Amino acid sequence: MSVVTDTPARSEENFRVTRSRRNVAWTGAGALIVVVVLALFPYIVYSGTTSLMVQAFIVITLASMWNLLAGYAGLVSVGQQAFVGLGAYFVLILAQHSLSPFGGLPVAAIGCGVAAVPMWWLISRLRSGYFAIATWVLATAIMLFIERFPSIGGGTGMSLPGLSGYDPTLLVADTYWIGLAVTVLSLVTVYVMLRGRIGLVLTAIRDDEVAARSSGARVGLARMLVYVVAAVGCGAAGALLAISQLIVQPGAVFTVQWTAIMAFAVIIGGLGTIEGPIIGAIVYIILQRTLQSYDAWYLIVLGLVAIAVALFARRGLWGLIDDRLNIRLFPVGYWLWTPESAGRRGPRKRGLRPRRAERHS
Amino acid sequence: MSEPATERADNGSTPLLEVRDLTVHHGQLRALDRVSLRVFPGEVYAIIGANGAGKSTLLRTIAGLHRPTDGAILYDGKDMTKIRPERRATGGIVMVPEGRRLFGSLTVEENLKVGATYARKGPWTIERVYEIFAWMKDRRTQRTAQLSGGEQQAVAIGRALVANPRVLLLDELSLGLAPVIVQRIYAMLPQILSTGLTVLLVEQDVSQALRVASHIQCLLEGHTTLEGRPSEVTAEQVEAAYFGLSQAAAEGSEALWHGSTPSSRAS
Amino acid sequence: MAWVNAIIQGILTGGLYALFACGLSLMFGVMKVVNLAHGDLAVIGAYVALGVITVTHIPALWSFVIVVPIMAVLGYALQRTLIQAALDRGVLITLLVTFGLSVVIESGLLQFINADSHSLGVGESIITGSFSIGSQIQIPYLLLLIFAVAVVVLLGLQYFLSLSRYGRMIRAVADDQEAAQLSGIDYRHVFGIAAAIAFGTVALAGIAYGMYSQFSPTTGTDTILLFAFAAVVIGGLGSLWGTLLGGIVLGVAQQIGAQINQADQVLAGYIVFLLVLALRPQGLTARRAQS
Repeated sequence: MSVVTDTPARSEENFRVTRSRRNVAWTGAGALIVVVVLALFPYIVYSGTTSLMVQAFIVITLASMWNLLAGYAGLVSVGQQAFVGLGAYFVLILAQHSLSPFGGLPVAAIGCGVAAVPMWWLISRLRSGYFAIATWVLATAIMLFIERFPSIGGGTGMSLPGLSGYDPTLLVADTYWIGLAVTVLSLVTVYVMLRGRIGLVLTAIRDDEVAARSSGARVGLARMLVYVVAAVGCGAAGALLAISQLIVQPGAVFTVQWTAIMAFAVIIGGLGTIEGPIIGAIVYIILQRTLQSYDAWYLIVLGLVAIAVALFARRGLWGLIDDRLNIRLFPVGYWLWTPESAGRRGPRKRGLRPRRAERHS
Repeated sequence: MSEPATERADNGSTPLLEVRDLTVHHGQLRALDRVSLRVFPGEVYAIIGANGAGKSTLLRTIAGLHRPTDGAILYDGKDMTKIRPERRATGGIVMVPEGRRLFGSLTVEENLKVGATYARKGPWTIERVYEIFAWMKDRRTQRTAQLSGGEQQAVAIGRALVANPRVLLLDELSLGLAPVIVQRIYAMLPQILSTGLTVLLVEQDVSQALRVASHIQCLLEGHTTLEGRPSEVTAEQVEAAYFGLSQAAAEGSEALWHGSTPSSRAS
Repeated sequence: MAWVNAIIQGILTGGLYALFACGLSLMFGVMKVVNLAHGDLAVIGAYVALGVITVTHIPALWSFVIVVPIMAVLGYALQRTLIQAALDRGVLITLLVTFGLSVVIESGLLQFINADSHSLGVGESIITGSFSIGSQIQIPYLLLLIFAVAVVVLLGLQYFLSLSRYGRMIRAVADDQEAAQLSGIDYRHVFGIAAAIAFGTVALAGIAYGMYSQFSPTTGTDTILLFAFAAVVIGGLGSLWGTLLGGIVLGVAQQIGAQINQADQVLAGYIVFLLVLALRPQGLTARRAQS
């Protein structure tokens, strides 16, 4: 028989919590420089490259939105093509009523946001897997509905009016700048959202939904907001698509391939990080260009790589980079700094130093 | 740190179930810190402790539902730390989990049948379970969700018994049940033991545990604070071990359990 | 009278849709997996059947004897490897992996076969015909057969789940995975059995569809997955016979839509689906609303 009574003495430790490990002002300045350089592209490069960049902008925007949904809010949507299509068709309809497509883009995006509300109401009660298919059904239903109207092209589609008088080079440049604006705006919006209150709520939901609810977080509202924002973003991308293609066809804008592209780009780039979708989009574009002549191969390769990454390298390419270099361009997490154990290296002039800073995000 | 009682090891028998320096984490939280115990055949070994002391974690790790960070679990002398839970069950370590965990959409009899799916050879059959729980046979086609807490507990025990275990793990039998029901269930224990079973149980109700156990071990915040036979420990020692008070302080306070000083407890 | 014909067609098509859906429902009920590649597996079954028929010249009607077991084994294997690996990593990853699988299958079929539509045909048997009730109602034998098969499969599933040892194990694992482990059941094996059943039934459904209509690489998602899902939701999650009811409602809605406007057939079905989602999200057979 034995009795043991010991209670470990609590050590006095000071902890500090910061938003980022290195000075984010540097990355902010860096980002600004990148944007400025990108803005100058139409003056520097050929229009072929500019068109390619527009494609990249579309994919980056879509990927960021899908990442917001799946990586942060835990909502897997395989029906985001609904908003890509709606965005394109809103621009088309507005152009038919004499609103320039460039002016129509923001209106179309907001229109998608508005449309997202009743859609959310319909499907939000379904659990994750069934929620996913429901988004797909919605997208298909919307496409079938739109195809009924020959005035907007019916089943075959029609070209985008309102841009015929444009100088071709200027058109490409303007499309590029609008694309850049959409992309930058999307990334900034996602960053601001996640850094603020919404980000906290979403992380709380991700960790433990019941606890989040009971501590007052408006779970349903947060999710709906994310869904609406994603709709706006995807709608803007869809509008951009219409402008860049100059033609709107239901099969092309409503195809589930858009979701495949978004999802794979995010998974490969890194789910749950803001930088991931950018990297993933770049990978997608590269793959698509390289395998272009091999028909459906690029989707097969993309799909297989995405499955492999999802299973074995869940944090994607950015996760691998992040682990090595420990940088976050868009810091939305928190760093915990703990003081060194006393006496190991003697007294320090600065009170606190990162020992094993643990990141929580 | 606890020292195993020397009398038990003296006769040279190997413990049926042994846990050596088991450390278990829940994420970053350390639930068990180098806990050891030995259970010999035929014993009723009770683990007591406050909420969060790590008792259920210990049992669940023994059952295989948790991976330990460090340490070993030996069954009949063989290391089975890496064996999957279902293999442990078919090997003779069967747990009655905390909260009963019956199969809600199945009837009473179906629950028992599931328990018997991979049963070892032995004296326990569904019919025998019906014998010791007289009411069960009449209600065997009822959905378990319609039973009372005590009845569900009986079915859960029955489900474990029909697998013919060698070691029966009982996790918090008294949870959520009225004291009268709890006593009735524990009164079944001798019948269960008579078939050669060994019981390792976790119990929050200390007096109940002291009444049925041949050995007790107290956990506090993941480590062992007391270990021995009920007849050898005083109420004050248990109290001190349970709450983590220093022994002197405990002896100065009132005994928590009136009438349960060593001399008055039936051995 | 054309309406009566349409409604009867719709009811019988409901059997086909129920056949689409029961595998999806089973996998979700047992392991909480929504297999986004579910429809594509039916299409694989149809293509395999096409291959088998071409090579062995057996009648299309009997191709299932070879194809269904193959697909069932494939289901067990895929579940124990890929899907289990995804399950171990969470719901999100599982969805992503099955979605990836769906895209890979469709793109693969497009790449290695072609985008054309095929049909399995029904060969020279009695079921090419239809019988008439009165002068206006024609019921194709094939559709009647498919409906009968669907009912038989559902009955078989019901009896399997409620009476057999494996069925009991499946239900136990679906109720409480951990408790099942404590009773000595390897849930991964049980999951495999459930997947085998799901793949087998969906392959049967694919063959049925291939005989009744035409299939192409995208049929898996366009038609089968979405219709299966709609049938499940309309009928009520978690109810096997509810799936039949849901399929029937979907089929009837589609046929009525086709009567109004041929091009609106599929849309009509989805509109009814959305109505059920809006007004009675728990489905038609569930007794009370689930939160």
